[in-house]
Amino acid sequence: MSLQLRNIRLPLADFALETDAIFDQPITGIFGPSGAGKTSLLDLISGLRRPVAGAVQVDDKVIFDAADRLNVPPRLRRIGYVPQDLALFPHLKVRANLLYGYRPALIENELFTLGHVAEVMEITPLLERNVTTLSGGEQQRVAFARAILSAPRLLLLDEPMSSLDSRLKKRLIPFLLRIRDEFRIPLIYVTHDAGELVALCDEVLMLERGRLIGRGSPADVVA
Amino acid sequence: MTAEAWQIVFFTIEVSALSTLLILPLGVAVAWLIARREWAGKAVVETVVMLPLFVPPVATGLLLLMLFSRRGPLGSVLQRGFGWDIVFTWRAVVLACAVMSFPLLVRTAQAAFEGVSSRFEDIARTLGASEWRVFATISLPLATRGIVAGAVLAFARAMGEFGATAIVAGMIPRKTMTISLSIYQNIQLGHDAAALPLLFVSIGIVFITVLCGQIISTRKRPR
Repeated sequence: MSLQLRNIRLPLADFALETDAIFDQPITGIFGPSGAGKTSLLDLISGLRRPVAGAVQVDDKVIFDAADRLNVPPRLRRIGYVPQDLALFPHLKVRANLLYGYRPALIENELFTLGHVAEVMEITPLLERNVTTLSGGEQQRVAFARAILSAPRLLLLDEPMSSLDSRLKKRLIPFLLRIRDEFRIPLIYVTHDAGELVALCDEVLMLERGRLIGRGSPADVVA
Repeated sequence: MTAEAWQIVFFTIEVSALSTLLILPLGVAVAWLIARREWAGKAVVETVVMLPLFVPPVATGLLLLMLFSRRGPLGSVLQRGFGWDIVFTWRAVVLACAVMSFPLLVRTAQAAFEGVSSRFEDIARTLGASEWRVFATISLPLATRGIVAGAVLAFARAMGEFGATAIVAGMIPRKTMTISLSIYQNIQLGHDAAALPLLFVSIGIVFITVLCGQIISTRKRPR
């Protein structure tokens, strides 16, 4: 899978997000300080925000092109998104959350079934629980599973572990690696935690005030 | 209380409930459009919706009388199309109650929709949900308590409606006479003692209704 952002311009409150980038690694990290435009970058990739210029392409399919007024809506992009606050639907049980985006028509193999995903994410015993009664780590895994079950071709993760302590983060990292290895879904992982970058990412792009100021291996960035 | 007084009480409850049910779908739709969409003329529509709160009720009643009389632009259409007479019938009572309580329903439902995190709706879209499905499965369920509270307030407002009803429906015994109209008429005729039971019943019904609305709207809601 390859995601290309070409000549993107998205005005934000204090600056504009302006970027050209190709994402073609299994897990690409986006690293930068708070307010650098990281969440806005994920929003425009998922289609939740619309740039004023540029184009977005996944493999050979253009999903946004300002010049051609082409804008594939989020529901048709097949780009999963786990936001910082997870946004689990509080009025639905775990099972209903997981099945919300379940699209059997898109499933090409048995990997993307409720039973298998719940087993891999170790949430099978939680299926009949209310999401509001889950612990932080459980909510995290339910959010990952919900996104996986929508059979995305790309998964965006916006600091999904920022509210967890370091012990819980270490326990969750293997689950993220399973998304890559078991389900073969490429990830774009936003964080400002250098430890998460090193543990997870194949490549890191550094973002500052809306501009990509560098890219390299996690070790290079941390150094 | 006399049999006639009880008839007035039940008639008032019936028309208040009917008017609330009739405005519910439109009120919820308008509230959602105001809370969640930007569109040309939105400020004008918001103002028009709020007008009955601030225009003298008798003026609203006069406007309804002009619109819905047999020769009025809307009344003539309803007469020709359905054979319905509006003014000085029970339908006029329902109409007056609906118009006067509409702003309370819309304001409360609008606040309820605004209280739902838009992130839930965004994530539902990335999970493949259409706009209608987002509304029906996310926005509406999460705003239900506020909408119910708005409906309860609208019902209470309809129970006490007087000015517009008096103009457009008159005070016709056993036909358009509500609690408010009956209390007023009894006082005008010097029958204060006959007005007292209606006064206490009216206070009792509205007290219980508003209390229910307060309890519903202040209950802790998952976000």
